[in-house]
Amino acid sequence: MRRREFLVIPARSLGGVLLYTLAREPIRLYAQESPQKGTLRVPLRFFTADEAKIVTAACERIFPADDSGPGATEAGVVIYIDRQLAGPYGRDQYRYTKGPWVQSVAEHGNQDKATPREIYREGIGSLGGFTELPAGEQDGKLHAIEKTAFFQLLRRHTIEGMFSDPLHGGNAEMIGWQLIGYPGPRMSYREEIGQDSGEAWRRKPVSLAESLGHAVSGMEEEQ
Amino acid sequence: MQRLKPVDVVIAGGGWVGLAMAKEIATRTSLSVLVLERGPARRLKDYAAGMDEVDYALRFKMMQNLAEETTTHRHSIGQTAAPIRQYGSFNPGTGVGGAGEHWGGLAYRYLPDQFRLATMLREKHGTRLPADLLVQDWGVTYDELEPYYWQAEQMMGIGGKAGNLRGQIVEGGNPFEGPRSHEFPNPPHKPTWLVSRFNQAARELGYHPFPTPAATLSQTYRNPDGVTRSGCAYCGYCLRYGCMIGAKAQPTNTLLPVLTGRKNFTLRTGCNVRRIAHREGTATGVTYIGESGVEIEQPAHVVILGSWTLNNCRLLLLSKIGEPYDPATGKGTLGRNLTHQVGTATPIFFERPLNAFMGAGALGATLADFDGDRNLDPSMGILRGGQIRVTSGGEAPIGSFGRIPPGETEASWGSAWKKAALKWWDHASSITSEAEHLAYRQNYIDLDPTYTDKFGDPLARLTLDWTDHERRQAEMTIQVQAKVGKAMGARIGNPARRVAGRYSTVEYQSSHVSGGVVAGTSPENSVLNPWMQHWSIPNLWVVGASGFPQNSSGNPTMTILAMAYRSADVMIKRYFKRPGSMA
Repeated sequence: MRRREFLVIPARSLGGVLLYTLAREPIRLYAQESPQKGTLRVPLRFFTADEAKIVTAACERIFPADDSGPGATEAGVVIYIDRQLAGPYGRDQYRYTKGPWVQSVAEHGNQDKATPREIYREGIGSLGGFTELPAGEQDGKLHAIEKTAFFQLLRRHTIEGMFSDPLHGGNAEMIGWQLIGYPGPRMSYREEIGQDSGEAWRRKPVSLAESLGHAVSGMEEEQ
Repeated sequence: MQRLKPVDVVIAGGGWVGLAMAKEIATRTSLSVLVLERGPARRLKDYAAGMDEVDYALRFKMMQNLAEETTTHRHSIGQTAAPIRQYGSFNPGTGVGGAGEHWGGLAYRYLPDQFRLATMLREKHGTRLPADLLVQDWGVTYDELEPYYWQAEQMMGIGGKAGNLRGQIVEGGNPFEGPRSHEFPNPPHKPTWLVSRFNQAARELGYHPFPTPAATLSQTYRNPDGVTRSGCAYCGYCLRYGCMIGAKAQPTNTLLPVLTGRKNFTLRTGCNVRRIAHREGTATGVTYIGESGVEIEQPAHVVILGSWTLNNCRLLLLSKIGEPYDPATGKGTLGRNLTHQVGTATPIFFERPLNAFMGAGALGATLADFDGDRNLDPSMGILRGGQIRVTSGGEAPIGSFGRIPPGETEASWGSAWKKAALKWWDHASSITSEAEHLAYRQNYIDLDPTYTDKFGDPLARLTLDWTDHERRQAEMTIQVQAKVGKAMGARIGNPARRVAGRYSTVEYQSSHVSGGVVAGTSPENSVLNPWMQHWSIPNLWVVGASGFPQNSSGNPTMTILAMAYRSADVMIKRYFKRPGSMA
């Protein structure tokens, strides 16, 4: 058994309600009765605490918080990635993994034996000292590894963690969906379809659990 | 090996084909019918929790697990094939209902000339046809299939607008389609702004757009079997998802309800058929590995293969039924005529938001002005074209994020990229095509010499590549897409040139892989007679797109079902009374 590792973050770094000023500048707020004070200790399933910090920092450069709104940190992208890697996907249980492993032409896609977990472990290893660097130097480090399988995976997972249903651990309080205006999985648009007036149809997002009235478990929870 | 009591009919595969054949035979005769499905059982309520993009669209929850079985691919003989290790160019389904559960519901018929394509091309082009072309006639005509198309459309409640009603061209439908005996069972879906804009632009260009025939119901519908389903709610979770309200026609909400509870019907899940047992020109049943992991022999008087295209072919190869095709000599028929489709897409961008998260898998419009051999300029060197369409299929947030028009930013991550992606999210769509894929001598299926499935059986190996003909088809469809896109007032993105180079297993094309066990006019050129019955084993029937001698444009489901209904009909009317060859 590995030692329990935790992601320790300020509670208020995660989620929130997104409001826009008249000048369309986003402001992130909390509900007044929000219990989110102090720090959160999120148990990690795959990453060590140090690895989680590096991944958090790298995801933040890929999808940064800026004047266009919150980014990967506020969405809890690292929590999404940690759970995906800890589950069957991270172990390549949905991939054909019989040998012989032979490098082939580009049209045959990824023929490497490394699992997503292994790709991350090695990739994070190449980012020693990353969290201490200023943003510009962090970007330089990431540009240098842009073509690697690790970075490609990290970039893809960052987008997934921004906009997945919160049941998977990312998109905390649907901050990613608030950012783009996605209303969440809804049972019906019968009244709205074909009635398009050219306006964006934007509503406070609902999660799948809210839509259904009960919790849903993702494939990452399967063994 | 455990040996079970014989059944009259055993069917491998519980998808559209397997359950349609089972439903016809079990309800119209007293014969005992057993369907063996390798995947899990599924019910409507299982889909309620399924509006989740990560598990369904990114982790392929409804597809076959590639860890257990995949396919290998090489571009030409002499090369070593590599396994398709992760999902890419096609997505075979698993579980009851098969790919019919997670399809998009595009419900086209094929053009009449598709069924006599070899004759038609010879008449038109004579000896100028490429020497490696292996296109052939199906041995069945559109007119013969028409009643079965109609049967399938009624069963599903397809919504659309007829363009050719008993020879009369009708405004608003596809004027180039084959004659229909009836108007569609349901009206088309109401168009979205995107679809209306496509229609308007296409008409301005002199084309003939029509509502894409849709298996997602446009209103509450009761089919001739008495199965009632509700109209589509446009939730947008359609392609790669099962429908939680049963509005999208799926085997589990159309055929299974009729079969459930019948004494002469049994459905066994978790049963992986590995071999067809046969002796002296007669199939004696199948062997399979059940859920407990034990190998079981299931004797049967009639064996029907109704699994996915590649698996139908693989089962015959593994069972050593028929002579494997040899591209060097042209001998053997099993495995030949492997085809896919020539898929292209041109991104289009609009200043206004599209609310593209609303939609249905087949809510769209199509134009067939370049389908078949229509409007093909001889200088292009193209024998067959394809349809052009736009679809408000329902966009989920991960897959739709990051579509940015050319010239906005060079970045693919970081602040500049994020801002551009936020600005253009929900402002992007695409115009797509699936052109016909002709059959060639060099494209075929056999067994891989190296890679095996979880039981140790060889995987199917695809030898498949594009020729310049497909590359020209792709360019033609891309040109039309851009022309229509511009007429829609859209900014045009860089087209997905999936067919520009060599065949790629990486990018999704469609799940419309065809051939390998083709039907035809003689045992010299086909494995099956035009009834989808094995030429040399009359009690073995292989039904599905594995029987298609070449791939048409558009989606194959309705033709698969029409062929299945026709096979079931001849079995019931003639074969069961006097077993033997129907050809």
